[in-house]
Amino acid sequence: MDKRLLIGKHFWLGDVACAEGAIAAGCNFFAGYPITPASEIAERMAKRLPEVGGVFVQMEDELASISAVIGASWAGAKAMTATSGPGFSLMQEGIGYAYMTETPCVIVNVMRVGPSTGQATKGAQGDVMQARWGTHGDHMGVTLCPNSAQEMFDYTIKAFNIAEMLRIPVILLSDGVIGHIMEPVTVPDRVEIVERKKPSQGDTMFFGLEDVAPMPEFGEGFNVLVTGSTHNERGIRHTTDPEVHRRMINAIVRKVLKRRDEVTFVEKYRFGEGVDVAFISYGCTSRAVYEAVRILEGKGVDVSFLRLITMWPFPDELTRELGECAKVIIVPEMNLGQVSNEVKKYVCPSKVYGLHRIGGGEIPRPGEIAKFALEVLKSG
Amino acid sequence: MAEHPLHKYLRMEVMPHVFCPGCGAGIVANCFLRAVYELGYEDLSKFAFCSGIGCAAWIPSPFFKADSLHIMHGRSIPAAMGIKLMKPELKVVVFGGDGDIAGIGGNHLLHAARRNLEILVIMVNNMVYGMTGGQVAPTTPFGAYTTTTPYGNIEYPIKAAEVVATAGASYVARWTVYHTRRLINSIKKALNTEGFSFIEVVSTCFTSYGRRMGFKSPAEMIVWLKENSIPISEYKKNPEKYAGKIPVGEIECTPREGYVKRVWKMIHELSAKSS
Repeated sequence: MDKRLLIGKHFWLGDVACAEGAIAAGCNFFAGYPITPASEIAERMAKRLPEVGGVFVQMEDELASISAVIGASWAGAKAMTATSGPGFSLMQEGIGYAYMTETPCVIVNVMRVGPSTGQATKGAQGDVMQARWGTHGDHMGVTLCPNSAQEMFDYTIKAFNIAEMLRIPVILLSDGVIGHIMEPVTVPDRVEIVERKKPSQGDTMFFGLEDVAPMPEFGEGFNVLVTGSTHNERGIRHTTDPEVHRRMINAIVRKVLKRRDEVTFVEKYRFGEGVDVAFISYGCTSRAVYEAVRILEGKGVDVSFLRLITMWPFPDELTRELGECAKVIIVPEMNLGQVSNEVKKYVCPSKVYGLHRIGGGEIPRPGEIAKFALEVLKSG
Repeated sequence: MAEHPLHKYLRMEVMPHVFCPGCGAGIVANCFLRAVYELGYEDLSKFAFCSGIGCAAWIPSPFFKADSLHIMHGRSIPAAMGIKLMKPELKVVVFGGDGDIAGIGGNHLLHAARRNLEILVIMVNNMVYGMTGGQVAPTTPFGAYTTTTPYGNIEYPIKAAEVVATAGASYVARWTVYHTRRLINSIKKALNTEGFSFIEVVSTCFTSYGRRMGFKSPAEMIVWLKENSIPISEYKKNPEKYAGKIPVGEIECTPREGYVKRVWKMIHELSAKSS
C-alpha cells in the first residue's frame, strides 16, 4: 500500500495530482488515448500503475479506452480514463453504457476550448452540459469540479468512492488551467476507500434494485449477463416492454438522488446572509472569484459565494437559498452561460447575471469580475 | 429423454432463440459449443464472452450460460481486452458480425491483431447488415443488391481474415457454415493457440440478403457456400482464376507470446525489483 500513497508534501501538476489520487483510491486499471491537456494523467499512470501492480494501456482511440475501462470494471478493476473535449465526445456512448449497465468507473475530462478541435492547448469550461447530457437517454450521474491541484488529488479519490458506492460512471470535470497548474499537494497518511457491494452466493439479481445492486465480477461463477439494452434485474433483455424500461431507468436515477447529500460538495462563503452580490462559480474561474470578493468587500459591498464542487446533480436547493438572500447573483464562467442558465431554473431569472468568457484560455480577471458586479448593482 | 450434451452450456430459460429461419448463427453457436465440449470443459466458467451489436452478437448473450458483456456496436474487442487484462486466466471470446467487427469496429480488430491480444474473435460474416434490414456492409460482394445499394454495390469487400493475418495475429482461419467439422476443429485449435485468434465464418442471412440475391431457400445458400468455397492452398496458386470464390482454411498459425502476458511480465518484474 505504501507505494500507492506517496505520503507527504509535493509540488505537483494538477494532472499528476489526479493520477496520484486515482492510485491512492485503489485504481488498478487505466486505459486512455493522448490528448492535450490531459496527456500528463496517462503519462503518470503509465509510470506509476505497473509499480503498484496495476495495468496501464494506451488504446487506439477514446472509444476503445472507455470500452476497455468498462470491460476491466466487470473483471473487478477500479478503472479510469482521462481525456479532453474531443475525446470526451467520443466516449459518450460508452458513458451511457456505463449508466445503463451500472458499471463503476471514473472519466476525467480536462476541459479545453471547443467545439471541435478549438484551441487545444487552452483551458475552458464548455463541457458542463456535455457532462450532464452528453449521452442519449435519461440517466443520472455525478460530476465533480476541482479547482486546485490539491482538489485534483482529493476529488479523484472521491470520484472513485462515489463510483463504487453508486455503481455509476463518475465524471471529474477539470479544466486546462487546473490540469496544468503546479501547486503544493499534501498526501495524507491514510485515505478513506469505498469498495463496491459484492453479491452473495446464489444471488441472481444484479441490476436496478431498490438500493444499489450487488455487482459480481467476471470469472466468479455468477453467469452475469451485462447488456446496454433495456434489461430486467437479472440482465435479461426486454427491448419492447415499457414497464421494464421505466422500472430500470427509475432505479438508476433514484439510487443517485437518494444519496444526493453524500455526493454534494460545495464551498460556502457568508452563505445565507443578506448580501448585495452572490457569486456562483466553479473550477479555475472560482479562483478569480475569491479575489473579486476581497476587492468588493474593500469597497464595502456585502458579498457571498457558493463554489460548486459537485456540478451534477446540480445543487439546486443551495442555489435557491443563495438566491433568496442576495440582490443579484453573478455567475462567472468560461462558456456562454451553461451554469448561469441552470441557475435561472432555481432563482428569479432577472436576478442572475452571467459573466461569460470564451477563447484563449482566458479566465475573467478579479478586477473585471468586481467591476461587472458593481455595474450590475448600479443598473439593478 | 437424455439431455442434449450441449444443453449444459446454454441458458435454457431464455429459449426459444431469436434467430430467423435459415440464419447461420445457430450453426456457429453449435460449432463453438461442440468445440468446448470436445475440449472437455464441463461448463463455461473458464470463459468470458464479449459481443457488440448485431445478430451474431446475440450468440453468447443471452444464450450461453456464462459471464457475458454485450457492449456497444463495434466495441467488443476493446472491452474484451479490459476483461482479459484483469483476468488473464479466463478464455475471452468475442462473437460479432462483419459490420460490428470489420466495419464500425475495424480499427480495434487491427490493433488487437497488432498487439497479439490473447482473445478469440469469431466473426460471423453474413455479408450484410442483417439486423437493420439488409444494408450494404464492408463485406458485401461487388455488384450485390442491398437496401442501400439498389443499383448494385460499387465497393469491394474487405478480406478481413487476410488483413488480420497481416496485422500480426497468431491464428487466422476462414470457414463457412457449411464446413462445420473443420470449423469445430479450427475453434479448438484457436482456443489453444497463444496470441490473437481470428476465425471468419461466412454465414447465411436468408432474410436480409439471400432472398434478395435470388436464393430460393436457406439450404440453397448453404449449397452455394459449399460450391463457391475453395481451399486456401488451391486459391493461392491462381487467385485470378478463383476470383469471387471464398478461400477457406487456415491462413495463419504461428503461436507467439501475446500482449497480456507481456503486460503482466512487466508488472511482476517491476514489483520484484521494488521489493
